[in-house]
Amino acid sequence: MKKTALAAAALLLSCNTFAAEYVVDTKGAHASINFKIPHLGYSMLLGRFNQFTGFFSYDANKPEASKISVTVDTESLDSNHAERDKHLRSDDFLDTKLYPEATFTSTSVRDLGNDKLQVVGDLTLHGATKSITIDAVKIGEGKDPWGGYRVGFSGTTTLKLTDFGIPERLGPASTEVELDLHIEGIRQ
Amino acid sequence: MWRNTPTGYGRLNKLLHWLVAIAVFGLFGLGLWMTSLSYYDEWYRKGPDLHRSIGVLLMLVMVLRLALVHWMGKPKPLASHSVLEVRMAQLVHLLIYGLVFAIGISGYLISTADGRGIEVFNWFTVPSLGSFFEHQEDVAGEVHEWLAFALVGLAVLHGLAAIKHHLLDKDDTLRRML
Repeated sequence: MKKTALAAAALLLSCNTFAAEYVVDTKGAHASINFKIPHLGYSMLLGRFNQFTGFFSYDANKPEASKISVTVDTESLDSNHAERDKHLRSDDFLDTKLYPEATFTSTSVRDLGNDKLQVVGDLTLHGATKSITIDAVKIGEGKDPWGGYRVGFSGTTTLKLTDFGIPERLGPASTEVELDLHIEGIRQ
Repeated sequence: MWRNTPTGYGRLNKLLHWLVAIAVFGLFGLGLWMTSLSYYDEWYRKGPDLHRSIGVLLMLVMVLRLALVHWMGKPKPLASHSVLEVRMAQLVHLLIYGLVFAIGISGYLISTADGRGIEVFNWFTVPSLGSFFEHQEDVAGEVHEWLAFALVGLAVLHGLAAIKHHLLDKDDTLRRML
């Protein structure tokens, strides 16, 4: 019910048949790429990438036609500890000097209903490209108070470090990293 | 004799010289070793703690050495040394002092880039002055490593020169520091 109402509203608002193009609002920092990895198996360590850019197309009527691409500056890794950040950027882990960018380009989007989406795409990280699946949910969309139009999503996915050629140096409890993604796009 | 005289180094100067020599080579070895340790190694945290603590104390000793030389002067070069030898020795001394300070400062900039201070043996903390430039910990880290290799190279040269004076020239250059 809610979905059809929203779809109707989106139709009225957009009036065009093509999916709208959005720029991820990194300028206003209404987007973040966070990671989470177990520390020794006793707690979770959280960090993020402070710099990235992203674009996507989205139409609430045809979510499966959506496309998204994001480029992350891997050197902008930030775990709130300079010495650890330095180590994570080194060739022991992300080797950001050799691989300064990580990219994600969607290949297909499945509409699971209730604003839930399954975004499949190619992630290139540490020089290795692998297909990953992001479980995403649309949080909301509509006019912003400053004359623009926005839509926002969040998503999660889990990466196995060795899938991307990143050596397992942190022990058996820390072989996978969870990504916690939040984006808000401003319609162009 | 504790003080330097125009003809010889005082005990304090000799003591500090050899202390610094041990610290410099020790920190170099420790630095190389500790960065190669695995995450689960017992020394993974102890190594860097020790490295930072000794590093800070070394900086303090270096400042003390400069102050001592300022207050009580240094012995004159041996009369048997040529002008070129004296100039070369002065240049190497200057470079060694400069490198030790540059390495100390770059090390400080790695550890304090996020606002954390440096704890010295649970004794006192050197506060952070914050971040001065982008990617400070990475840039300072590279500089720290390269300069450390340069310093160790120069220190080896400095030591070989002293041995050359002792064995080939048979003069007092090395003996004056013992």
